[in-house]
Amino acid sequence: MSDVTIIGAGVAGLWAARACLAQGLRTRLVDRKGTPGPHGCSWWAGGMLAPFCEGALSEPAVVTHGRRAAALWGEVTEVTHRGTLVLAPERDRAELQRFAARTEGHSDCDAEAIAECEPDLAGRHRRGLFFAEEAHLNPRQALQDLTQALVAAGVTVETTALAPSEAAGPVIDCRGMAASDALPGLRAVRGEMILLRAPEITLTRPIRLLHPRHPLYVVPRGNGIYMLGATQIESASRAQMTARSALELLSAAYALDPRFAEAEIIEMGADLRPAFADNLPGIVQRGATLHLNGLFRHGFLMAPALAEQAAAFLATATTGDLFRED
Amino acid sequence: MRDFYGTTLPLPLMLGTARYPSPAVMEAAFRQSAAPVATVSLRREQGAGQAFWDMVRGLGVHLLPNTAGCHSAREAITTAQMAREYFGTNWIKLEVIGHADTLQPDPFGLVEAAEALCADGFEVFPYTTEDQVLAARLVDAGCRVLMPWGAPIGSGLGLNNLHGLRSLRAAFPDVAMVIDAGLGLPSHAAQALEMGFDAVLLNTAVAEARDPAAMAEAFALACRAGALAAASGPMGQRDMAVPSTPVIGKAWL
Repeated sequence: MSDVTIIGAGVAGLWAARACLAQGLRTRLVDRKGTPGPHGCSWWAGGMLAPFCEGALSEPAVVTHGRRAAALWGEVTEVTHRGTLVLAPERDRAELQRFAARTEGHSDCDAEAIAECEPDLAGRHRRGLFFAEEAHLNPRQALQDLTQALVAAGVTVETTALAPSEAAGPVIDCRGMAASDALPGLRAVRGEMILLRAPEITLTRPIRLLHPRHPLYVVPRGNGIYMLGATQIESASRAQMTARSALELLSAAYALDPRFAEAEIIEMGADLRPAFADNLPGIVQRGATLHLNGLFRHGFLMAPALAEQAAAFLATATTGDLFRED
Repeated sequence: MRDFYGTTLPLPLMLGTARYPSPAVMEAAFRQSAAPVATVSLRREQGAGQAFWDMVRGLGVHLLPNTAGCHSAREAITTAQMAREYFGTNWIKLEVIGHADTLQPDPFGLVEAAEALCADGFEVFPYTTEDQVLAARLVDAGCRVLMPWGAPIGSGLGLNNLHGLRSLRAAFPDVAMVIDAGLGLPSHAAQALEMGFDAVLLNTAVAEARDPAAMAEAFALACRAGALAAASGPMGQRDMAVPSTPVIGKAWL
């Protein structure tokens, strides 16, 4: 017998399980496809824990809660604390000023500071912003490590297609887009990413390249592997990456460092981010079900905080600031 | 009074729906500005942007679908047909891009697409330059509205070629004209309306402001001011000072 059933074992569901265990609740975790994999959108995430950068275009709650994410993830997986470097092509210098004006937690970098930070970029970029407090992780490894930590605590992911109405007792519904029938305000925002192997290039922290039309981020995954991301398209299409998106991401990477032209493309992926109208992740209560959804592009940043608030509600009936009207 | 294919607008402001931080912010910008027209792109959504389009429809304003991102007449025509089917309007903002970097219109493809679409019953709003020869060809094709650019899309530079725009306005007194693209500040919008243009269309200047809803309101106020000024008969410029009170006989030293 369990005190709570969590449906969906993506980044939200796994964290919900961890938070429920921390509250002393007997926890059941089910997913129709089992443990995390390419079927879930968490699999395609960038893995940047960049609350300040995200703050440029997000509600303040993303910054305040996101700041705690790196420490919480550090309890279960390897987190690299090397900050974020934000650059812009010389022609788009104004983008850098605009970004600086809309974010906190950064310092200005000149050519020398950039070269010191990432020697491989020396001589290519003259101006940038450094967000020292930010961090990154490898999302697939992190999902696996989090799953293992749950197993060690006695919760394994059951491969079961369970509808929220079929569960006994309270439910935390973490099904993402699959819950859109219950959450009419939820919409899909398509994202596409590319994994490259570029052993010639050494970058040690996420780099964001600002551009008025084709912004890019590059996240190092270790062993010469880099993730390029990510498009953001108002579409519910799960089709493969379009040629246009591939061209945009690859040419932006080429602008960052021309040696990316020689990189081996090892993967291209596309999936859908669930989002509410304000793009802010949140918890919606419906009777005995808590929907933890709308994580948009903030899954790894916001899942720990959402999970804490959902578990606290079940254990002590207190609601946090991430609870929202539907 | 010039209208837009029979429609008069309570406020000469058209807003785009791209690049906002979220759909909720976009909705707030429309609410706070009372902009009566929304442009919406069909191009990048691969036919699966239903949820977003429904939000745009939910704004309850006139919809002006566009063919943004189309680089040939044929692409633009197909996109226009999809837009008519989906949004149920004959209005189409026709963009045929000639240059990927400057997003400058392709005048040849534009005329070709305008002819085909006008013949097919569309009410075409062509995104064009201040070129008068091109404008004449578009009017010949059946366009009753023209959308000359202020400056390249997304540049925020304002009205780049005042002389060209002024001559264009004067050359086609019966054609409604919307300054489309390149506006960065409310003063640019006011200036366009003061010059006798019938509306402005903008997106980036609002969507990328720190507070898009407040900036949309600022543009709405500027549009009102500019339209009111145009209707009130601006005094025109003079080369000499004309004191409003005679100075003769006054102890003015």
